[in-house]
Amino acid sequence: MDLSHLVKLDDYRWSVPLAAGETRAPVCLYGSEPLLASMDDKVLEQITNVARLPGLVGAAMTMPDAHWGYGFPIGGVAAFDAEQGGIISAGGVGFDISCGIRCLRTNLVITDILPQMKMLADILFHTIPAGVGEEGELKLAPAELDRVLAGGAQWAVKHGYGVAEDLDYIEERGQVAGAVPENVSDHAKKRQRGEMGTLGSGNHYLEVQVVDRIYDTEAAQAFGLSEGQVVVSIHCGSRGLGHQIGTEYLITLAKAASRLGVTLPDRELACAPITSPEGQQYIGAMNAAINCALANRQILAHLTREVFARILPEARLETLFDVSHNTCKVEQHKVDGRQRELYVHRKGATRAFGPGHPALPERYRAVGQPVIIGGSMGTGSYVLAGTRESETRAWSSASHGAGRAMSRHQALRRWSGRQLVDELAERGIIIRTRSMRGAAEEAPGAYKDVDQVAEVTEKAGLARRVAFLRPKACIKG
Amino acid sequence: MMSYGYFEHDADTGIIGRGNTPEEAFISAAEAMFAIMVDITTVHAVQHVQFDFEEADVEFALVTWLNRLLTEARMHGLVFGRFHLHRSGVRWEGGAWGESWRDALEKGVEVKGATLTLLSVQSSPAGWEARCVVDV
Repeated sequence: MDLSHLVKLDDYRWSVPLAAGETRAPVCLYGSEPLLASMDDKVLEQITNVARLPGLVGAAMTMPDAHWGYGFPIGGVAAFDAEQGGIISAGGVGFDISCGIRCLRTNLVITDILPQMKMLADILFHTIPAGVGEEGELKLAPAELDRVLAGGAQWAVKHGYGVAEDLDYIEERGQVAGAVPENVSDHAKKRQRGEMGTLGSGNHYLEVQVVDRIYDTEAAQAFGLSEGQVVVSIHCGSRGLGHQIGTEYLITLAKAASRLGVTLPDRELACAPITSPEGQQYIGAMNAAINCALANRQILAHLTREVFARILPEARLETLFDVSHNTCKVEQHKVDGRQRELYVHRKGATRAFGPGHPALPERYRAVGQPVIIGGSMGTGSYVLAGTRESETRAWSSASHGAGRAMSRHQALRRWSGRQLVDELAERGIIIRTRSMRGAAEEAPGAYKDVDQVAEVTEKAGLARRVAFLRPKACIKG
Repeated sequence: MMSYGYFEHDADTGIIGRGNTPEEAFISAAEAMFAIMVDITTVHAVQHVQFDFEEADVEFALVTWLNRLLTEARMHGLVFGRFHLHRSGVRWEGGAWGESWRDALEKGVEVKGATLTLLSVQSSPAGWEARCVVDV
């Protein structure tokens, strides 16, 4: 990105000055000079387009891991007020609605499982359906799928996938309100029929990790994390159902915008006023997809526990937290001293409530919400905690991943999947994948430096680092 | 002159389909999209699906066509390697041949959907070109 277009507010905050005659809301980019310089100029173009949408409250923002997306940049955050003509955007949520990370802490230390690590990776790989075309064993009748879309992870727990305690550590206790299964098409429901309890492919993964470093002892203690401990992270979303809703509503909302007089600087921003029939329909369908994703990760967590129990009967896997990073959520935020209801779009961004937030479970209330920045399969991931400052800076939002540094085609030209898997094995990281092409596209070198992203996220006041997780085994689609 | 290719996008993949008509360009774009998931030359044409839709906007029609193919593939547990498409006014009738996933098919990466990003359907003296970014 050409930084000459930006104004530096401080070391980690940048704005974009208005051109002569230009009218739009402010833009705020969070990031260090090197991180911003490495971003594509399209990030700036896309977030500036977001700032032109009606009803935006505050600034259109990007997180330190931002990269070029479709419509919104990935790592984009924007809040809209329905009473001020605010919009809901399918492009601001993304196709993989409620894609997110479930993090499970275990009572094991790395030396407990090293002798069984290969066996563990193999059995996880054969148990967790992953990759294009793979289906899960759970096949739901249409009426039951509607109950999943209304019930989310609560449906899963009720049907024996996991335990009730899991729900305390999932956003919205595993069930977002406002889901309308009737707003989800038959095509979407049919597409999901074989996809409950599946991981998907691309950047989705199930990873066995070790806590390599603690940054914040108090928060780590609250999160139940200590050095050498084994944790498991599951990254996936609402699968075919969410993809179908995203694709169908993209065109519906693009046409609605045109009909309702909403000027779209980019058609991919496809949106409609929150209060419009099309906007309300999408919100109901999107919430159903969020519940689908929460149920999906709950089922995958259950399957993971079953695998651990077969190999390590003494293992206990507890949910540390489950965060979504492709959503629009209705939240209360203070604006100019007044509490307002806002529709907060986070596309490739994680909600990061600070200490004391009433939505947090009692165990984490003093330290803030766990925020998970998923890194690449060769580098590692971070657990962070939400901060109070983030509320005023970014509607309590933070980074969600390392963020891509190069395209998938560039990665394919540079790396061979087989060679990469072998190199990682030499470094003690076991990769099990059904797609060597996918492995090459997901090469660690194709991503930004996750250490920098986490450090800058902290220095920008969005969330503070708690622990670094190093990968030991990774299941990819 | 039907052919397909790709263009760069940070997180996802840009696909390009070329042909003498919009329909041929759309078919090539479908080949480009499915080639991300599988080597389409190895897919056996043992099952066929057919569908139609109405769309007046030719660019939205490209996105609808591609997304409908993804939907049909996932609903029926199939992967496609060959495609056909016919246009009559705003009505588009298309379909695809393919088979169920089997172990011998080398898997690429799942395409979640076709997007409106960098979407264009244009003609030139060389023929028609259809392009958009697909989410992977």
